[in-house]
Amino acid sequence: MTDTPVASTGGGSTTAPGAPVLDVDPGIKTASSPKIAPWEERFTSYDVEAFEVPRGREEQWRFTPLRRLNGLHDGAAADGEVAVTVRSGFGDSASDDLGGVRVEHVGRDDARIGEGGIPADRVAAQAWSAFPTATVVTVDQPRSDDEPLTVQVEGPGFGKTAYAHLQLRLEHQAEAVVVVDHRGSGTVAANLELVVGDGAKLLVVEVHDWADDAVFVGAQHLSVGRDATIRHTSVTLGGDLVRLSPTVNYRAPGGDAELDGLYFADGGQHLEQRLLVDHTATHCRSRVMYKGALQGAEGDKAAHTVWVGDVLIRKEAEGTDSYELNRNLLLTDNARADSVPNLEIETGEIAGAGHASATGRFDDEQLFYLMARGIPEAQARRLVVRGFFGEVIAKVRVPALRDRLEAAIEAELEAVGV
Amino acid sequence: MSTLEIRDLHVEVETESGPKEILRGVDLTVNSNETHAIMGPNGSGKSTLAYSIAGHPKYTVTRGEVLLDGENVLEMEVDERARAGLFLAMQYPVEVPGVSMSNFLRSAATAVRGEAPKVRHWVKEVKSAMTDLEIDPAFAERSVNEGFSGGEKKRHEVLQLSLLKPKFAVLDETDSGLDVDALRVVSKGVNDYKAQSDVGVLLITHYTRILRYIAPDRVHVFVNGRVAESGGPELAEELEANGYERFTSAAAEKEGQPA
Ligand SMILES: Nc1ncnc2c1ncn2[C@@H]1O[C@H](COP(=O)(O)OP(=O)(O)O)[C@@H](O)[C@H]1O
Ligand SMILES: [Mg+2]
Repeated sequence: MTDTPVASTGGGSTTAPGAPVLDVDPGIKTASSPKIAPWEERFTSYDVEAFEVPRGREEQWRFTPLRRLNGLHDGAAADGEVAVTVRSGFGDSASDDLGGVRVEHVGRDDARIGEGGIPADRVAAQAWSAFPTATVVTVDQPRSDDEPLTVQVEGPGFGKTAYAHLQLRLEHQAEAVVVVDHRGSGTVAANLELVVGDGAKLLVVEVHDWADDAVFVGAQHLSVGRDATIRHTSVTLGGDLVRLSPTVNYRAPGGDAELDGLYFADGGQHLEQRLLVDHTATHCRSRVMYKGALQGAEGDKAAHTVWVGDVLIRKEAEGTDSYELNRNLLLTDNARADSVPNLEIETGEIAGAGHASATGRFDDEQLFYLMARGIPEAQARRLVVRGFFGEVIAKVRVPALRDRLEAAIEAELEAVGV
Repeated sequence: MSTLEIRDLHVEVETESGPKEILRGVDLTVNSNETHAIMGPNGSGKSTLAYSIAGHPKYTVTRGEVLLDGENVLEMEVDERARAGLFLAMQYPVEVPGVSMSNFLRSAATAVRGEAPKVRHWVKEVKSAMTDLEIDPAFAERSVNEGFSGGEKKRHEVLQLSLLKPKFAVLDETDSGLDVDALRVVSKGVNDYKAQSDVGVLLITHYTRILRYIAPDRVHVFVNGRVAESGGPELAEELEANGYERFTSAAAEKEGQPA
């Protein structure tokens, strides 16, 4: 086919130029894979000073242009704050009547803070050390899908730096759909704790629709209780640099986590996603599906995306069922997608595990087929791109948000004349 | 009355060892209301001819013309050719993940007809065309060709033929891989469209089987990138009895190679 790999680095099963690319599934860990640090070896701390200032050579940071972090990795002081508002509903229909949902602003001494996870890199620890107050949103009963919660996070403004902390807590058997909607300007580092109680179900969509100047580095701590379900979708559209690090931690057996992602990088943007799914409990399930499109216009700076998907199935995690997939669509030449899936399995007693990664150009055969039916080229391209993201968007349970995402993708395509 | 004229068509593809000529001077004229069968062994260049008419970017025309009512099709973009009234039912229809059949059909019909069909009429039209081709309505919500069986793909090609109503249809091995029932359904679809229109058909096939369902007016034997012999339906009968050997060995001799 015409899906040809263009750029992929890293180890393991990344597609190399010239190799076949579509849904390549080399299966399980190969000898050349960089090892995923097991949980005990993985360094975590709340204390920023416990981490060295990254220089760029570290495995964790090797893809990130540190110079563009505006000092987040090197002790930049806060001179602004993010504005966090919580409303019921999404978009025009949102209201301030939150029903039974509790919103609290607490300090880092609150016992609940940190329940979701501990920072594993210096920027996350910096955010932890420096946030002024944490927002805790607690849902203690099932809410209907028709009543999503919207957490609006507004950047501190152009040239300003802020640190933030947000925790979404779903108590035992609670259910909620939550949109965390990021907008605005400035430089932000944040931790997001998603604490899902036993039997609870959280569908969270994190939207990064930042202004062009914005820099955002976020660590998402997904903590999944017994027989609990989490669906985490990250949508990254705007911003100069956005780096997200979702980590899934199963507290008990029977947890089910699906992580989806959609990202669309234009010229000059650096969009990075680093996932770790740590299977520590028996009979848990994980599914990862990230899809990205890149379009750097000619003469502009390149569009760059990074996807690192680490899945670790530990000795005690018998009955694990896991699959991860990353696909990148290069719409123009001036683009670079790095895709590094890693799967490490320490037990033979699993239900299933696999991974796939593919980076390719536009499929000319698809384009030809649509055009051979009279559909003009630009429209045919839009159909294919919409189709590419369709699987991810279909899983977003908020119709008004789906519409907004579809419109945003159309606008992106429009901008480069694809 | 329309005419599709192929004149001295030479086409090459890019291979690892440089360009390779596949079509070596094809001459063929099809008029409205005519059905021409093009029969030839595997690898003789039949699909290359079909794709070249449709404008697939893989094929480079080095000489010759394809004229639709005197207009040079080769100067048109792929989508323009379709809107001008050409249709290619592909031997291997392409899967387009995430694009629903119904969205695709409507986009295509809108493009070809120059305006969006009225929703109510359109729904009826699609439904009745699907019923005729014994296609389960559930296919409308599935991604284009994705996970379809060979037979299902071919039925959907004919569905598109009947909805897009071209002046000329090139059917590339629409019969291959079909069981008898599917072949009957697909042939009926083509015949129905022939009956209600003035379509000219280029029916590309390897086997004579489909000609029992779709009667050709002319039969062309296609060997080694060109038409080796043309005749009436009786030529198909000869092929049925004796195969392609007479033509392939003649072509080989002409090339100065041992038969
Ligand atoms: N991309 C290509 N590279 C090399 N050879 C090709 C390519 N495409 C087609 N061919 C060759 O062209 C010839 C004709 O192919 P095709 O038109 O598909 O034949 P048919 O449809 O009659 O079976 C075959 O020998 C085939 O191998
Ligand atoms: Mg063929």
